[in-house]
Amino acid sequence: MPQRHDLAERLRPLARWETGLFVALLAIVFIGTQASDQFLTKGNLFNLCLSIGEVAIMTLPLTLIVIAGEIDLSVASILGLASAMLGYLVKDGWPMWQCFVVVILLGAAAGIFNATLITRLGLPALAVTIGTLTLYRGLAVVILGPNIVSNFPERYTSIGVNGFGGTFLSWSVAFFLVLAVIFGVLLHLTPFGRSLFVMGANKDAALYAGFRVRRIKFLLFVLSGVICAFAGILYTFQLSTAVQDNGLGLELNVVAIVLLGGVSIFGGRGSILGVVLAVFVYAALQNALFLTSFPQRAFGIVTGFLLLISVLVPNAGSFARRAREALRRHGARAAHPVVESN
Amino acid sequence: MSAAADSVRRTPVVGRLSSGRLIDLAYRARAFGILAALAVLIVVTSAIQPRFLSGNEVNIVLGNTTILALLSLGEAMVVITRNVDLSVGSVLGLAAYASGNIFGHLHGMSAGTSIVIAFLVGIGVGSTCGVVNGALVTIGQVPSLVVTLATLYIIRGIDIWIIGGGQVVASSLPDAFFEISLKSFHNVPYLALAVAAVVCVGAYYMRSFRSGRDLYAIGSNPQAARLVGIATGRRVFAAFVVSGALAGVAGVLWASKYGTLDSTAGTGYELSVIAAVVIGGVAIFGGSGSVIGAALGALLLNTILAALYVVGVSPFWTQAISGALILVAISIDRVITLQLTSALRRRRARAATA
Repeated sequence: MPQRHDLAERLRPLARWETGLFVALLAIVFIGTQASDQFLTKGNLFNLCLSIGEVAIMTLPLTLIVIAGEIDLSVASILGLASAMLGYLVKDGWPMWQCFVVVILLGAAAGIFNATLITRLGLPALAVTIGTLTLYRGLAVVILGPNIVSNFPERYTSIGVNGFGGTFLSWSVAFFLVLAVIFGVLLHLTPFGRSLFVMGANKDAALYAGFRVRRIKFLLFVLSGVICAFAGILYTFQLSTAVQDNGLGLELNVVAIVLLGGVSIFGGRGSILGVVLAVFVYAALQNALFLTSFPQRAFGIVTGFLLLISVLVPNAGSFARRAREALRRHGARAAHPVVESN
Repeated sequence: MSAAADSVRRTPVVGRLSSGRLIDLAYRARAFGILAALAVLIVVTSAIQPRFLSGNEVNIVLGNTTILALLSLGEAMVVITRNVDLSVGSVLGLAAYASGNIFGHLHGMSAGTSIVIAFLVGIGVGSTCGVVNGALVTIGQVPSLVVTLATLYIIRGIDIWIIGGGQVVASSLPDAFFEISLKSFHNVPYLALAVAAVVCVGAYYMRSFRSGRDLYAIGSNPQAARLVGIATGRRVFAAFVVSGALAGVAGVLWASKYGTLDSTAGTGYELSVIAAVVIGGVAIFGGSGSVIGAALGALLLNTILAALYVVGVSPFWTQAISGALILVAISIDRVITLQLTSALRRRRARAATA
């Protein structure tokens, strides 16, 4: 008996969410290669990278925010705003490096605005970022109107055509991987990262323990703004187009991937590794399905089910426990009738 | 801050008003605030551009508000229970297509019968979606934000899958079906009157029925609500079904208003609905607000957009302004709440020393 317990104890680390994602990824790649010999070609993998890069980059700051117990739904609108601003400045003939500086500062300003409303005024992040989702997208519409800007220097737009260093990795995914390492270290190996878990698990306890909850959350939202603006620059160059609806609706994909990565929507739980795996599970599944006759625009069905699975499966254990408890209570009540409070 | 607190703390505290009355008053003032904003808006706009008060313009604003107000009613009920329904736009799209499509299968029936069937189909589709949402939230114990985000995707995906590249064309629908949205009484669409009646019924239910009050109690404090014996699961489930059914009706109205339907109908509409609810003073974390407020929020949102258009502000500004409006509304609510809590705390301190 103790031996079996020992074995279960030793296997426990393997039964993590990340393991499940890894297995799922292998399965998808296997099925993909069986379904189409196009799947593992360099061209297809490059397309796969192109399709996910910016969304992937935006998942990283959101992971930190959700772990800290907040949410940012304005990410894709900041991407769109950054893209519109970049298009406007380029059309206006600004030198490229100045465009970058302005766009990144704009992203920071958008983040600061979110952060101020949430941490200084104490407004709920969900309501604030639904508001700024509309506001920032609206500003993108104001900046560009019906114009389409596409005269970007080829030096930059080549990121939508050629991989990083001649490999199948797109520049966006290369940036994502580098950022993922930085965010992973930040989240899992620094006191700052640990404090996010504490804040997400119990905000009051974090306050009483002396964490500067408001300041840390402020920084997170500003970080999110900056990273999303950066993703906006990549997005614009990759498509070689700035229009007011660039990245419209991507916030839902970003949230879906973060949750699929095993980050708890209530905060306090999650890992960068899980989110990185979720990014690739999502992208590989999307890509593999597109190689079949699956209607592309109906991919939302898959996203939705992935999302449901990712929240229902961790609950399965507690279902079983609750069912057992209910049964036991039932038995106990039959023996000694007592009033239970649950 | 809520109904539950209201009824528990009925003992008059030192001062002119009981705390419950004070809270009641503050929230009633919030609803009147929307009306006041609406009045100021109308006066100012019509002073700049008298055309704003023309029958035609009024007709358009009210016509645009009907669908949004109906969705806001359902959404408000869900949000008051400290949940959220993000799937309403997708449900609307699916119900609109299903009801529009059904006319093609009803040859030889009178227009009246086929319209009734179309509404039944819409309500059926909507409440089925609501049942799925409600079951996942209450039985699956999954946060509604995630569940309805998932069903937003899934229902839209099903819609796209079924429709493919095709669409319902206006010529396949009976004329009487369009008249539902078009007919008006002295420039007030009949439909707007009907929706106003439905909102009033919803408000009466939320105000005076035990199960309606339960929704507030659940939103104020879910654990406490469960402990006092409220069937929280059943109530939340019902709120989602109502929200789904109303989204279904809204879908049928959408079909009647626009006629031509493809798989994009209602995409992103959930954000307008939540904006209307929030502007109407329903707290996003539940427990306070009213369905009348939500409907007025929908009216205010549409009136502002119409006013900007009439005054000649570029339509490119509309989205930015509705975003700013949401932020203003939640900031005002925050200020009211803070003032109210400190007022109550002062009262309690005074009562303790007296």
